[in-house]
Amino acid sequence: MKDRLFDALKGHQADYIEVRLEESKSSRLVYRGERLEEAGRSAGTGGCVRALVRGGWGFVSFNSLDNLSEKVALAVEQARQVGKGESQFSPAVPMVDKVPAEFKKNPMDVPLPTKNNILDEYNRIMLGTKDIQTTSIGYADIKKKVTLATSEGAYIEQGRIDLNLRLSAIASKDGDVQQVGLSIGSKGDFAAVENLHEKVQDIARRAAALLSAPHAKGGAYTVVLDPVLAGVFVHEAFGHLSEADHIYENPQMRELMVLGRRFAGKHLNIVDGATVPGYRGSFKYDDEGTPAGKTYLIKEGVLTSRLHSRETAAKMGEQPTGNARAINYTHPPIVRMTNTYIEPGSTSFAEMISGIKEGVYAKDWYGGTTSLEMFTFSAGEAYMIRDGEIAEMVRPVVLTGNVFTTLDNIDAIGNDLDMNQGGGCGKAGQSPLPVSNGSPHIRIQNCLVGGK
Amino acid sequence: MDEILAAACKSAQSAEVFRVTSSRTPVQFEANRLKQIQTKDATTTALRLIKDGRVGFAQASGRINAAELVNMALDTSQFGFQSDFTFPYLQPNNAVKTYDPAVENVTIDDMVGLGSAIIDAVCHNTAGLLCEGSVSRGAATFEIASGEGGHASYKRTNFSISMDGMLVRDGDILYIGDVQSSCRPISDHKAISGEIIRQLELARENAAIRSGTFPVIFTPYGVAGALLSPLISAFNGKTVLDGASPLKDKKGSAAFDVKFSLSDDPTIAYQPGSSPFDDEGVAARRNTLVYRGKVVQFYYDLHTAALSGNSSTGNGVRGGGMPSPAIHALVIEGGDTSLTDMIKDIKEGIIIEQLMGAEQGNILNGDFSGNVLLGYKIENGSVTGRVKDTMVSGNVYQLLKEISAIGSDSRWIGGYVNTPSIYCPAVSVSAK
Repeated sequence: MKDRLFDALKGHQADYIEVRLEESKSSRLVYRGERLEEAGRSAGTGGCVRALVRGGWGFVSFNSLDNLSEKVALAVEQARQVGKGESQFSPAVPMVDKVPAEFKKNPMDVPLPTKNNILDEYNRIMLGTKDIQTTSIGYADIKKKVTLATSEGAYIEQGRIDLNLRLSAIASKDGDVQQVGLSIGSKGDFAAVENLHEKVQDIARRAAALLSAPHAKGGAYTVVLDPVLAGVFVHEAFGHLSEADHIYENPQMRELMVLGRRFAGKHLNIVDGATVPGYRGSFKYDDEGTPAGKTYLIKEGVLTSRLHSRETAAKMGEQPTGNARAINYTHPPIVRMTNTYIEPGSTSFAEMISGIKEGVYAKDWYGGTTSLEMFTFSAGEAYMIRDGEIAEMVRPVVLTGNVFTTLDNIDAIGNDLDMNQGGGCGKAGQSPLPVSNGSPHIRIQNCLVGGK
Repeated sequence: MDEILAAACKSAQSAEVFRVTSSRTPVQFEANRLKQIQTKDATTTALRLIKDGRVGFAQASGRINAAELVNMALDTSQFGFQSDFTFPYLQPNNAVKTYDPAVENVTIDDMVGLGSAIIDAVCHNTAGLLCEGSVSRGAATFEIASGEGGHASYKRTNFSISMDGMLVRDGDILYIGDVQSSCRPISDHKAISGEIIRQLELARENAAIRSGTFPVIFTPYGVAGALLSPLISAFNGKTVLDGASPLKDKKGSAAFDVKFSLSDDPTIAYQPGSSPFDDEGVAARRNTLVYRGKVVQFYYDLHTAALSGNSSTGNGVRGGGMPSPAIHALVIEGGDTSLTDMIKDIKEGIIIEQLMGAEQGNILNGDFSGNVLLGYKIENGSVTGRVKDTMVSGNVYQLLKEISAIGSDSRWIGGYVNTPSIYCPAVSVSAK
C-alpha cells in the first residue's frame, strides 16, 4: 500500500498533497423501551486526497481505491482553479510511524449478544422504576485504521477504537414528559460501559422526580457548575473561540483574540491537548501528520495560545498545535479540540456554595452550542441554592452568556478536576467527533438562566 | 445488488437491499474568497434480512463482498427483533419529479460566479462583513430490491447555496445568513443576497429589552429553528407507540390554534425532501398531521406501523442505519397577515430569527429555551434594532394553542421546511 500511495502522489504540480485512507468496522445497538430496534454491523473502506496549489485547496473523496493517481490529479486540478496567491503552510518533519489502536478491554472482542445482555440489564432497571414510561438506549463502537501519506514523505498509520453509550429514562404522568440521560464514552475500553447499574438506576429515579419539580425562574444568578457541565462550558465558551480558523482571516477577530489579552482572574487556566493518554480526544498525530501537543489557551487568566492547523499557524505566524482533525475520509481536516479542561484550583465545594443567598447548582449536560461570542449550554440536572445550602430540585435549565464577560465572572475554581468522556463535538458538518472535556466545580457570578 | 440479494435469500427467508450512489461538488468560500473545490463520491449498500423470524441488518460503504455482508447481517439477526412486517413488492415509480439534468451541467465557473456575486452584493451593502459558505451541485441514485420481488429506483439532483456573514463591530459579533436548496439549478444570486441584506438592515442598530412577557414574532427561520423539533418528535409514530408523545391521546382533538395546519409532503416537484417512495420502497404521499388545530395522524415506517396496528405512511427513512420514521418536508400552512402588519400590531416585543440552543431543552415535553442569536426589537409598531444577550423560553404546545396571526410570507428553509412567520401574543423573555 505504501508504494501505491507514494506512486499516486508522484508527478503532480502542487505545493502540498495528502492522501488519507480509512478502513473501519463498527456495530450498533438501539433500544426503544422494551424493544430492540436495531442490531446492526457495518464495514467501510474509503479515502480522500487534498491538494494545495498557490493558496487554493482541492479535495476529492471516494469509496473505490482504484485509479488513485487520477484522483490526486483531480484534487490538484481543483486546487489550481482556486489558487490565485501563495501557499502558506507550516513546514513539518515528515514522520513515518505505525501507531496501533489503544485498548484495554477491546469492544471488538466482546460478542454482540454479550453487549446486548448488558444493555438489556440497564433497560430493565430503568423500565422497572416507578413512573418511567419508556427508555432509549444507543450503543456504538468503531474500529478504524487511518493511513496518511503526504507529498513531503510522511507515512503514518494510526489505529483507533472508540465506543459510546447513551441512555435516556423518560418519565411521564398526567401529560407531562421528563427525561434524564447518561452518556459514556471511551477510547478502547469496553469496561467503561460495564457495571453502570447504580448510575442507571439513579437517572431513572431522577427522571421520575422531575415530574414534580418546579421550573426555575429566569434571570441572572450566581451559578455553580459540576465538573461535567463546567467541561461543556469550557468547550463551548472558550474552546471554539480558540480555534484559529475562526480568527486567522478576520482582522477584527484577530484584534479581539490578541495574545496577551486578559480574559479572567489569575486563578483560571484552560488547556487543550491530545497527548494526555487514554482520553477520547487523545492521539499521537493529527490528520495533517503534526504530532499531538498540549496547549495552554488561557494561563493565569491571560490568552496565551490557540488551536492551529498547519495553514492557520502559518498565516498567523504561530506554531501548529496538532489540532487538524477530520471526522472521516469524506471531510478535509479542520481545526478541532481534543481534550479540553480547566485546571484545578483550591476551593472546596462546601466553600463554593457557602454564602450564596440564591443561586443555581447545575449538573450534567444535555447539550451546548456557541456563536463564538455567545454560548448556551444546558444542564441535565439542577437545584436551587438557598442560603449556602443545596435546596429543591428544579427542571433542567439552559444557561447562556457572553464569552468576553463570562470568563471574568468565574470567581471560584474547585479542587476536583474530572474528565467527561461522553460528549461529541460538531463543527462544519463534521459530527460527532470524539473529544473529552473536563473541569473541577466552578462558580460563575451573574450568569443568565432561562426560565419561566 | 442482485448478487447480494441472491446470497441473502439463500440463507434467510427474505431480504431487501438498498443502495445509494451519490456524487457532490461543493465550491467553498471563506473570508469572502474562493477557498476550496471538492468532489465527493460515495456508495453505501444496506442489507436487511429476516432469518428464523428475526431481523438482521448490515451495511457497507465502498466495495464489499456479498458473502461478508450477508454474514454480518446474519450475525445480528440471532437476537434481532421479531419480524412483524413483510418487505413490499416493488414497482417502478416515478410519480414525483426529483431530477433535473440541468444541475449536472452547471459548471464550476458558474458556481464560483454565483457565490462571488452573493458576496459582492452583501459586502457592498455592509463593509467589513466576512462571508463563508458554499455553492454545491450533486446527484444521487436510490435503488431498492427485495426478495419479495421487484426493483425500484429514482435519481435526485440537488443544488444548494448557503452563505453566512459575520460582522464584528465594537466587540459585538453579528451573524446573518441564508440557505436555499432545490432539485433544479438556482441562478439568481438575489435569492440569497436579498435575504441577507434584509437581515443586515434590521440589525443595523442595537436595541435593549427588559425581562418580562412580550409578544413575539417567529420568522420562518425562527419557526424552523425554535418550534419544530418538539412537533417532529411528538408526531413520530415511534414516540407515540412508546407513550412518550404529549399528543398520544389527542388524535382527532384540537391541540393547536385553529389557524395552525401542518403536513409532511414529499410529493412537491423538485424539492430536495421529495421522492417517489421512501427508503423502504413505500410510495410517498402527502400526510396531513394537523388540520385547523386538530391532530389528524402520526407518521410511520413499516416496522413501527406493524407494531401499532397501522400502515406505513411512507416515512421510513434511513439516517445511517435501519429505517425509522422521519419527516421528508414539513409544510405549515400560510396565513394572510403580512409581516409588516404583525409588526404594526406590537407596542413592545421582539422578532426571533435565530434562537441558539433551542433544541437542547426537553424536546419531548415541548419546552424550549434559547439565546437570541439574531432577533430584533419592536417598539410602537416598528423595528428599532437588534436584541442580544437575551433568552426566550416557552412551551411549544402552549404557544401554538393561541396564535395571534399566521404570516403570508411562507418560504422554504433549507428545502426541508416550508413555513410562514408565526405571531405569538405572550412569550417569556429574560435579559440582563
